[in-house]
Amino acid sequence: MTLAKTASKWLNTLCLAILVAMFVIPFVWMISTSVKSYGETVIFPPKWIPDQIHWENFSKAWNSGPFLNYFMNSLIVSVGILLLQLVTCVSAAYAFARYRFRGSRVLFGLTMVTLMIPSQLIFLPVYLLLSKWGMLNSLLGLILPFSSSAFGIFLLRQSFMQAQEELLEAARLDDATEWKIIYRIMIPLARPTLVTFALFSFIAHWNDYFWPLVMTTTDAARTLPIGITKLREVEGGTAWHILMAGNMILVIPILIVFFFAQRQIIKAFVYSGVK
Amino acid sequence: MMRWSSLRPYVMVAPALTVFSIFFIYPIFYMIYLSFHSWDFISPDKNFIGLGNFEELFDSREFMQVLSNSFQYMLLTVSLTTILSLLLALWLNRKGMIYGFVQGAIFSPHIISLVSVSLVWMWLMDPRFGLLNWIFDTVGLPRSEWLTNPKSALFSLVVVAVWKGLGFNTLVFIAGLQSIPPYLYEAAALDDSPRLTTLYRITLPALSPTLFFLTIINMIGSFQVFETIAIMTQGGPVNSTNTLVFYIYQYGFKFFKIGYASAAGVVLLVAVGVLTLLYFKLLSRKVHYR
Repeated sequence: MTLAKTASKWLNTLCLAILVAMFVIPFVWMISTSVKSYGETVIFPPKWIPDQIHWENFSKAWNSGPFLNYFMNSLIVSVGILLLQLVTCVSAAYAFARYRFRGSRVLFGLTMVTLMIPSQLIFLPVYLLLSKWGMLNSLLGLILPFSSSAFGIFLLRQSFMQAQEELLEAARLDDATEWKIIYRIMIPLARPTLVTFALFSFIAHWNDYFWPLVMTTTDAARTLPIGITKLREVEGGTAWHILMAGNMILVIPILIVFFFAQRQIIKAFVYSGVK
Repeated sequence: MMRWSSLRPYVMVAPALTVFSIFFIYPIFYMIYLSFHSWDFISPDKNFIGLGNFEELFDSREFMQVLSNSFQYMLLTVSLTTILSLLLALWLNRKGMIYGFVQGAIFSPHIISLVSVSLVWMWLMDPRFGLLNWIFDTVGLPRSEWLTNPKSALFSLVVVAVWKGLGFNTLVFIAGLQSIPPYLYEAAALDDSPRLTTLYRITLPALSPTLFFLTIINMIGSFQVFETIAIMTQGGPVNSTNTLVFYIYQYGFKFFKIGYASAAGVVLLVAVGVLTLLYFKLLSRKVHYR
């Protein structure tokens, strides 16, 4: 290997390392801060490794509010949305993929239009609607607006359309009900898509801050992201060590999921971008 | 009586369509209706005032600044994200464990909640004890006041958005690069065409659908920025980071000017609607495909 080639190889590796550092250091810094003492957060130049590991920051963060409650709310809302979405999307996607019926094109077009309407656009009227129904500050109010997903219907319809018609005909000749066809043929066939969509939906709603902030004012219905940001509102400046400990509680579940399902998750998100 | 089999598809799409009608379609019309009224949420009557809210909006210096902030934020975020992620994609589109790891690392912020990202970056950007100013000190750059100075606050939010979105954009570009048929490159290699020419003549044209898709998606997305503003700046200092969604939120939930906030919502709706139409119009022509 020539010298120039070796040099450029090392330069490339160095640049890769800098790039990774730019994306990893904020997380490392969060972890480091989360186990510092208060004194160590207000010194300059900053310290990377604290003298003593302060694990109690986590319990302080957790005990500063009804965090078990926030955590359970987050879980109920994310899982509740996911289950409802799976039911409504599988059923609608199957109908759009396998049946011909009057108005199906119009109805599918309507579905695709809603794909273009983000909730940040129309939160005010939805808030007024839920307020009229007495659903503010309730988990149901956080779940219902997302109980179906145009994106999910789109993805599932694509994979349902790939099933061979002969397979379905054979099943129908065997007197299989439509329900059985969906359950025994379609769902196993669309498994990768279903997993993709499930990851997508769970992560999005676990992370959501906007909707819970708008729709809730009481701790009974608040979710984890709202709870964490409340840690900031302490007297006499921000306690960064406690806030970062709280932040870790929010990030760790997602990072663990990401660590184990990295390839699947990247494929899921990028696929959704490409399509 | 109708047969079940002809009724069945309607029953199957009904739950999803009910949800869409109630929570997406109806609210749009209701918002447009409200934008022509004056209402404080508490009094029983909504007063019809025609275009009054819109006149007030466009007379308001504050709203004009919000619009200008939104556009600046959008232009900066979209252009920086697109250019940087394209360069990264051209660099990182290689096989091997290391490249897989790097791709995973730069993608990771994409799945982290914006709340966490905002909090971490607030801490990094702390003017006195933040890590960023320490790094700037170390490499000899002047310190920045980041979020606390109206001159740098909006750009600080752009930095966060670019950091968060870069990995996703890069990977979508990489997916685009990998779908370019190899024979095009083989032909270019036979012609001994220089690398830059290959980039201009083959890679970029073949990537243009991806480029176009990402640009529009990023534009629509950056008009909806809310979390970083709500957590990091609350629209300040002196309104320098206030953008459309946060403005609507403020007027709806803090000042209870529902009609006025709805009118601002209609403005946002139009902006996003135009971008969406543009997307489908150009996509349907497929001018970018070979």
